[in-house]
Amino acid sequence: MRLLGASKRRIHERGIELGLLLAALASVAITLGIVGVLAYESLGFFRQVSLIEFLTDSQWTPLFSEAHYGILPLVSGTLVTTVVALLVAVPLGTVAAGYLSEYAPRPVRETVKPVLELLSAVPTVVFGYFALLFVTPLLQRVWPDLPGFNMLSAGLVIGVMIIPYVSSVSEDAMRAVPMLIREGSYAMGGSRFQTAVRVVVPSSLPGIAAAYVLAVSRAIGETMVVAIAAGMQPTLTFNPLEPAATLTAYIVQVSLGDLPYGSLGYQTIFAAGLVLLIMTLVFNIAGHFLRRRFQHAF
Amino acid sequence: MPSSTSLKQPLSGASQKRLDLLVSLAGLLAMLVSMVVLLLLLAGLVVDGGPYLSWKFFTSYPSRFPEAAGILPAWVGTLLVMTVTAVAAIPLGIAAAVHLEEYAPKNWLTDLIEINMANLAGVPSIVYGLLALSLFVYQLRLGQSILTAGLTLALLILPIVVMTTREALRAVPQSIREAAFALGATKWQTIRHHALPAATGGILTGLILALSRAIGESAPLMTIGALSFIAFLPHEPWRPDFPFVSFEWLLDPFTVMPIQMFNWVSRPQEAFHMKAAGAGLVLMAMTLAMNGLAIYLRARHRKRIQW
Repeated sequence: MRLLGASKRRIHERGIELGLLLAALASVAITLGIVGVLAYESLGFFRQVSLIEFLTDSQWTPLFSEAHYGILPLVSGTLVTTVVALLVAVPLGTVAAGYLSEYAPRPVRETVKPVLELLSAVPTVVFGYFALLFVTPLLQRVWPDLPGFNMLSAGLVIGVMIIPYVSSVSEDAMRAVPMLIREGSYAMGGSRFQTAVRVVVPSSLPGIAAAYVLAVSRAIGETMVVAIAAGMQPTLTFNPLEPAATLTAYIVQVSLGDLPYGSLGYQTIFAAGLVLLIMTLVFNIAGHFLRRRFQHAF
Repeated sequence: MPSSTSLKQPLSGASQKRLDLLVSLAGLLAMLVSMVVLLLLLAGLVVDGGPYLSWKFFTSYPSRFPEAAGILPAWVGTLLVMTVTAVAAIPLGIAAAVHLEEYAPKNWLTDLIEINMANLAGVPSIVYGLLALSLFVYQLRLGQSILTAGLTLALLILPIVVMTTREALRAVPQSIREAAFALGATKWQTIRHHALPAATGGILTGLILALSRAIGESAPLMTIGALSFIAFLPHEPWRPDFPFVSFEWLLDPFTVMPIQMFNWVSRPQEAFHMKAAGAGLVLMAMTLAMNGLAIYLRARHRKRIQW
């Protein structure tokens, strides 16, 4: 270890402290960069397309000769896949969390958690492959008319993908409920099931809600599964059996082509990105506050 | 709701036991769904892609002819992009984590950084791609290069690196730091020689998990315009004359494993789907190996160090 004089040492320490602070501030710079870039490029877009057309037109065909710039079809595609995903992930994730927190013996919990973590480590492009070439053919046996690209199989697979998010956050919330509260319920003659459903779940509700909200934001931002399995035509439809494009799939589709820098087509992906960021941000902030409220509860 | 009666009226012991058993079964079933999907996914990849895993698959370029197509540029690209990502994200992330965990005073700036970090972790990965497209590719003129891709993924995993490093530092007991202070060490000496080494296991685990997340990411890289048909390798990172290392490869175009897989999946021919399964199998092997390593390190670290 080097020994430095007192004043030299102080300068040395100060220098390191400053360097570390700058590293921490890099995250703020990233956020500013994201917001700045999306705002700047979208501004170019909104100079040529009115906000009213953007929000009310029911067609999104920016690359056709007869261009329409209505974001609604992309938003509807995003919402449909998200809802399908939630219909899978919320019940399964919540039941799994309740079981792991209130019923599972320790060895089960210790083995199951890493496997669930593994599920969230699978690359999304592999899930896309699975949705297109495994789930869709399976569903076509039930509905022979189902098109090869559809939102249902993409949504189902995203749902399975986000089960670990729902289950781990809600399990944490349930386990944070103090034992005393459960014991109170048992002392009043409550059974295990009654305690779980009427005592533990209500007291951990903000935490569970946070899990759902974070899962929503995850499903909205999911890209590869929908880009591969849901087709890429923007269609204003709420029928999950049809193909459609989401906000994310549209960005991928445009990126696959070669649009010149600064053109209106190039700017459309930033406008779509801005809508995407706002949608996820709303859910993230809601989840953040729900979680915080819940952490203060006990 | 039929269960509402069972909630209000006391049940007999036997039917209570039955209810508990039923709930346990439902819980196990719910988890089974995820595991069955994981197994089906792996089985599907092995059945479709397994027969294609050969030496030739790893050493061939992609091709219009499915039987000749291989993943050479893809795995080389993944390796190089991951190198850039690691070099950029690891020092920055650890430094930020040390600041937040050891130095940061309780003030508005710290609050801002913390909230900001939590929000960044929730930003969809494709949005990072948009940032990189405008900033790195066009404003800084780095092009659709390995450097751009590595930096993009570094930004993406930065919040994960910071979060896991902070957790590892938090697990080091205060008494270790106090002992160092008592011997006259400065704050930085304490962190550098005691807190960080003691947290190495946890930090390493977090870094591996973060990189395994980056290795499977394709959306942000497709946004910056990564080409999927690359029939050549980047420049070599070494050269015969002084200084023996070359950084030309940083600005070369590239492809990576997940993008190669996407390219093959999105073709109509079945033969390419099989190739996609082969690429997927390699990709899964990479991420599962990294995750396995992380789980092993975490377990070993927990066993070895008992404060």
